[in-house]
Amino acid sequence: MAKITLDNLAHSYLPNPSGEDDYALKELNHDWQDGEAYALLGSSGCGKSTLLNIISGLLHPSQGRILFDGQDVTHQATAERNIAQVFQFPVVYDTMTVRENLAFPLKNRRMPADEIRRLVQKVGHMIGMEAQLDRKARGLTADAKQKISLGRGMVREDVNALLFDEPLTVIDPHMKWELRTQLKKLHHDFGHTMIYVTHDQTEALTFADKVVVMYDGRVVQIGTPQELFERPAHTFVGYFIGSPGMNVFDAEISGSEARIGEARIALPASYATAGGKTQLGVRPEFIRLAEGGDGIPAKILRIEDVGRHKIIRLDVAGREINATLPEGTPVPAGTDRITFDPEGINVYENDWRVAPKGQREAA
Amino acid sequence: MNKTVNQKAWFLVLPVLILVAFSAVIPLMTVVNYSVQDTFGNNVFFWNGIYWFEEMLASERMWNALGRQVVFSSIILAIEVPLGVFVALNMPKKGFWASFCLVVMSLPLLIPWNVVGTIWQIFGRVDIGLLGHTLDAIGINYNYTQGFYAAWTTVIVMDVWHWTSLVALLAYAGLQSIPDAYYQAAKIDQASRWAVFRYIELPKMLGVLMIAILLRFMDSFMIYTEPFVVTGGGPGNATTFLSIDLVKMALGQFDLGPAAAFSIMYFLVILAISWVFYTVMTNLDKRDAK
Repeated sequence: MAKITLDNLAHSYLPNPSGEDDYALKELNHDWQDGEAYALLGSSGCGKSTLLNIISGLLHPSQGRILFDGQDVTHQATAERNIAQVFQFPVVYDTMTVRENLAFPLKNRRMPADEIRRLVQKVGHMIGMEAQLDRKARGLTADAKQKISLGRGMVREDVNALLFDEPLTVIDPHMKWELRTQLKKLHHDFGHTMIYVTHDQTEALTFADKVVVMYDGRVVQIGTPQELFERPAHTFVGYFIGSPGMNVFDAEISGSEARIGEARIALPASYATAGGKTQLGVRPEFIRLAEGGDGIPAKILRIEDVGRHKIIRLDVAGREINATLPEGTPVPAGTDRITFDPEGINVYENDWRVAPKGQREAA
Repeated sequence: MNKTVNQKAWFLVLPVLILVAFSAVIPLMTVVNYSVQDTFGNNVFFWNGIYWFEEMLASERMWNALGRQVVFSSIILAIEVPLGVFVALNMPKKGFWASFCLVVMSLPLLIPWNVVGTIWQIFGRVDIGLLGHTLDAIGINYNYTQGFYAAWTTVIVMDVWHWTSLVALLAYAGLQSIPDAYYQAAKIDQASRWAVFRYIELPKMLGVLMIAILLRFMDSFMIYTEPFVVTGGGPGNATTFLSIDLVKMALGQFDLGPAAAFSIMYFLVILAISWVFYTVMTNLDKRDAK
């Protein structure tokens, strides 16, 4: 178990990267605290897997250093780093039995046989495959194979970190819950540093203590699920987290007042902007429907009832905006305006969140 | 889904049936015909039962040729398969050098059999051949027209040179189909190079390797042109393999009856061994799945 430090790390798949656009992973400094469970969240191609492969040593970074507990491991091979990693698609050794598969990483480290037996039994129980330990891995279903892959990742107790690269993609939803619970329990019992890559926000938010959101090769926000929800540091975070995501309105900001088209909106605090493109971000939960009065003109396009709440799709000056209402609350028939709940308003300049005056927050 | 019954579809297979009949079945039947008849000339044939088969089975000559054939096929399989796998493992995976290697490897496969024979016949000659002359110059007694071991070595090295590429290319194709994730997982699991070969590469190559073995077995078991051009079956009968012996019997001595019986048994042996291979191959998957 170790603290993992990324120092000035960046990676490009091109031999001679010139501009910033050539980097799949842009310059990054970050400490992964020992024993914490992180989720690395972002859409496909944003550099998540690149970062993971650099940490495990499968990929050599173009620049920067990686340190485990302060010790430079940038040039160490994967095997020397003693890391466990589980991949998106199941990797099993076909000719081995399930038991031999699980024992493989331990055998390679020359552990005593009875210790191997004990650990394999334990992890076999954890992934729910005790009954199948002695059958061949070939011919098992994809999710059984992935459970074996997970098991191989979890079987070593002394690893520096456990890395998961979208490991539950091929598993069916019911089993997903169970395995995720097992992973959390494992984390709780052993306190491994865990990094869990996913593009599924639910998976990220339920698994991790801290969620790291990546966008276009850059880490845009690191925070607890609550922070990501309430104060998204970047419009991408607002849009990516939440279902539906945050609504973004182009707005002019002057002090504590915002103007969207003709409508004037009072902000809960005063904001200093530097003349960039300014926007308001409001989550659907904080949008109120109104009839007449001050709000922004809006037209209801359709209402979708998803069971636990209703999603109202509105047209605001040609753009589609989402609002949610709790289940059982009737939608006002004559809705032609929307207003914002002041506590749910965030101000953005050039896509990055602007902190209200007199309030300093780490982005 | 409802399937329409239309027996007229058989007519579509008819051209193939006719073609196969003319190209394979009818010629084969003439061989069968000869194998059960005898003649005293003038094109008058009479029924001879299974006499030729009995004679051939009792013939020391045929058993010797079969023995040489089995030894030859075993030796070249034992060399070409591991060597081919070794070459495939060490070939670059992508880029210019991968294409370069593939082209170079395919070259021997494109050369006609009798040309291969001629190349080695000249290459190995003590008077003008580079190989033969060099070996002679450094004091090794090498003469494939006289020495038993020299003849065998030449024939085997020639076959290895000609056909190892096939095994290597097939093994390479098998290796290319292994996703990167397997190698990455093996690194994570701290597997040794040997373990990667044993548990990832070999199992994934097994299918194509079996095909390579089958092809090389059949081909080597029927080998004729190359040793015939180089050694002519000699010295003595040292490199007279089954095909060479068969041609000697059929065309050299014009013993059509025994030769026909011989070819049928030869054919059955190859068929039987190939069938065993095929069965083992298909059962391998099924057994592992249980």
